[in-house]
Order: sequence, then structure tokens, then C-alpha cells
Amino acid sequence: MKFNQNNGYVLSPRFDTFFNDMHNAGSFVARFFRQAFRTPFEFKETIHQCFEVGYKSLPLITLTGFVTGLVFTKQSRPSLAEFGATSWLPSLVAIAIIRALAPLVTALIAAGKVGSNIGAELGSMKVTEQIDAMEVSAINPFKYLVVTRVLATTFMLPILMFYTGFVAMIGSYINVHANEATSFVSFFQQAFEKISFLDIFSSLVKALVYGFTIGIVGCYKGFNASQGTEGVGKAANASVVLSMFLIFIEEILIVQVTNNIRG
Amino acid sequence: MNDVNEIRESVIVVEDLYKSFGNKHVLQGVNLTLHKRENLAVLGRSGTGKSVLIKIIVKLLTQDSGRVWVLGEEVAQLDEKELMAMRLRIGFSFQNSALYDSMTVGENLRFPLVRNVRNLGKKEITSAVEGVLEAVGLSETIDQMPSELSGGQKKRIGIARTLILRPQIMLYDEPTAGLDPITCIEINNLINQVREQYNTSSIVITHDLSCAKTTSDRVAMLFDGVFIKEGTFDEVFASTDERIQSFYNYNFTQ
Repeated sequence: MKFNQNNGYVLSPRFDTFFNDMHNAGSFVARFFRQAFRTPFEFKETIHQCFEVGYKSLPLITLTGFVTGLVFTKQSRPSLAEFGATSWLPSLVAIAIIRALAPLVTALIAAGKVGSNIGAELGSMKVTEQIDAMEVSAINPFKYLVVTRVLATTFMLPILMFYTGFVAMIGSYINVHANEATSFVSFFQQAFEKISFLDIFSSLVKALVYGFTIGIVGCYKGFNASQGTEGVGKAANASVVLSMFLIFIEEILIVQVTNNIRG
Repeated sequence: MNDVNEIRESVIVVEDLYKSFGNKHVLQGVNLTLHKRENLAVLGRSGTGKSVLIKIIVKLLTQDSGRVWVLGEEVAQLDEKELMAMRLRIGFSFQNSALYDSMTVGENLRFPLVRNVRNLGKKEITSAVEGVLEAVGLSETIDQMPSELSGGQKKRIGIARTLILRPQIMLYDEPTAGLDPITCIEINNLINQVREQYNTSSIVITHDLSCAKTTSDRVAMLFDGVFIKEGTFDEVFASTDERIQSFYNYNFTQ
């Protein structure tokens, strides 16, 4: 094939853009790892971002987690009741929440709330030249804006995930207690009977991976925003869509690996 | 090739600079020298590459070919640390001011200072912030957010933010764009005052003739990616070149 025969494109505009994007995203991730371990560390700003990511997501996470636990228990009850197995509800709910729902629900909520926020904030800073202003003031905007946000989402997602799991279990307990008058202690004893270390560890890994994905995608889309205010909206939207897409792919891969380990 | 002595004695030297965006050739062999304590106005219509030129000087953009020296050092040869050190000696005033909109005016000014000058006491920071605010005549805005400021005030604060690092060179990108005539005069006076007070050399990117006339010792006219005329304001506009005359007449009628 003759190089550059297609109006300067190697393959076609669409393929060239795709491969260019892949290359740029790869470079962006590599740059993150180079900068994250290089001094000076931005402790203060990282803590500030952890507060933004964690504390400010709490109301939505609490509501979603509680409703998930409550509704999941309510919907599972009739099926189990058919076999006279409602006593299995606590362990069934715990397995579902800890293995799958808590990490996934937390990640999807965070992708919508935190990912779009990061994309819009950095996108707005990009199109109004605030990032350039940092650069010409001899401030490293990548370290100050990107590294701190990605670290914050990576550290905070596991904490939020455990919190979601706890709140969901409370929601489930309320339903179980209302129907079977099970005590709090015996509910949690039954719930954790079937939970292994691998379940908790794989969820922790999931939350770390999802947190990193949400942070890096939001920052990448924001950092590369263009075309004024329209670009800011596009960056916020693309951050959510791409994060969710990647989270689902990562979910499938991690579940596959965990199941292989489980044997 | 520029003479080694010329590079050493000049503040900025640009040699044979080319820059394209896709099929659009913005700069097509630009040569420029900025001398110490000189104010140079780069004039030209929108889209002729004026802003691109100063963004290449501070390496916000990279040229396709050509060389740039700032204070005797070739910009392309600098590593990350050296580039940061060079940027500390340059103040860049953006067209839309680029103030950090989540910070107050005081925080906007404090931010570059505390990030770049370590071990500064609270007193020293406060006095530096108050000093530059006083220099631009906006001491009362210290606790205001950028969204509460007028266009002219934003420009002044943008200039103050660069002055807090005491730069040797100032690069102004369209300092009077979008401002009313009286505020334009105030900004022009501020540019001259900055040179006197801070001993800076400056490049003023503008398409505003009154700004160029008031603030510059020398004017360079950029047209289609190359300088077509350089000299004092009167020398340049005494030219019979049709392109220069049409630019002058257009501005005059505006």
C-alpha cells in the first residue's frame, strides 16, 4: 500500500484517529506513572481531591447502596420462598453485594458523578487556557491536576465500595428483619458465612482498577478538550461513557480471573 | 544563522520559524529579535500566527522547524527543569486573562509564588501579593472571585499574576482585545509602567494600532506567516505597501 495515498491518512480518517487516540491515551497513562512517583508529591492537593471524591459522593452512594440492598432482598425473597429457602437470603445477598454489586454500583455512580466532574472541570480549565497559565508559571499542571485526581479516585473507590456494601447490607437487614425478625448479629453471621478472603480481595482489586479508570479517563478527556464550551460538555460526556464501557470490560476480565483462581 | 553575540545580547531571538496546523501554514519563516528593555509590538490580522509565535517562545507549542533562543538559551535544547526555570523569567499575559476561576484574586496571585519560591513566610507572601495588586491599581479586589471582575480588571490581575514572579520578559497576547477605549488606554499605560517599574523587555501581540503606538519602541508587521515590515511605528506605516496601508485604514475606520 502506498503511504499517504488517502489524503494524508495511512488507513482512513476514522482508523487513523482511532489509533492516534489509542497512542495518545497510552502516552497519557505512561506519563501518569512517570509523574506519580517523582518528587515533589502533592500531598495537600491529593487530600483535597480525596475529600472532593469521597465525602461529596457519600449522599448519593448511601441512597443507591441502601436501595440496592433493600430491593435486591425484596425481589429475591419470592423465588427463595418457593423452595422454603428464605433463610439463605442473608448469604445470597452478601455474596451478590460483595462479589458484584458493591464494586459495580459504586463504580458506575462514581463514573457518573466524579468522572463527569473531572472531565468538565479540566475541560473548562483547558479551553479557558488556565492549564496553559499554570504551565507558563512554571507549575506542572499534569502533576497538580491529573496525578492528584487519579490518586484520589484510586484510593477513595475501595473505601466507597466497602461503605456501599455496608449500607446495602443494612438495607437488606431491614427487609429480612421485617419479615423474619432475624437479629442484627445473626443476620451478619449468616451473611458472612459464605464470604471468602478471595471475594473481598477481588472486590478490592476491582475497586482500585475502577477508581484508576474513572480518574484517568476523566483527566484524559478533560486535558484534551477543545472547541470552547461545546468541548467541555463533550469531555464530561465522553468521560462517563468511556469510563462505564471500560468498567464493564474490566468487570468481565476480573470475574473471569477470579473464577479461574477459585477453580 | 544568527551571530553568537547577537543571541547573547538579545533577550529573544527567533530564527526561520515554521509552524503548520494540518494544511494551514501559520508561520512561514519568521525571524525576530527582541533587545533588552525594548517593547516590540507584533501587529497583524487575526489568524496570522501572532499568538502562535509567542506560544512557541514559551514552548506551549512546538515549531515544525526553526530555532528560538530566550536569554541566550535555545528553548528546544532545555530539559524539563531548565524549561521551568526559563518560564519563571517570562511573564505571559493571556488574551482572556486565564485566571483560575475557583480561586479568589489573592489566591490567584499567591499560587504561582508559593509553588515556585519555597520557604516564603506568610508576611512575605502577603506583602508580595499586596505589592503587585497595588502596582496594577486593584488592591480592593483581593478577596473577589474572577467572575466578579470586569474585563479590564481581569486583564490587570492576569498581568499582576505574572509580575509576582518578577519576570525579565513580558509577553502580552492581545492585551486590549474586547475592552472599551478608556480601559484600553489604562492597559497601555500599565504596560509602559510595568517596563519602567520591573525593567522588563516585552512583546505585545496586538491588532490595535493605538496599543502598538503607545506601548512599543518597534513594530513588526506579520502577514501570511512572515514579517513584511519592521521599524518604528511611523516608519512601518509610512510604507506604501498595500497590505500595510489596508491594515492601517481598516483600523483607522474602526
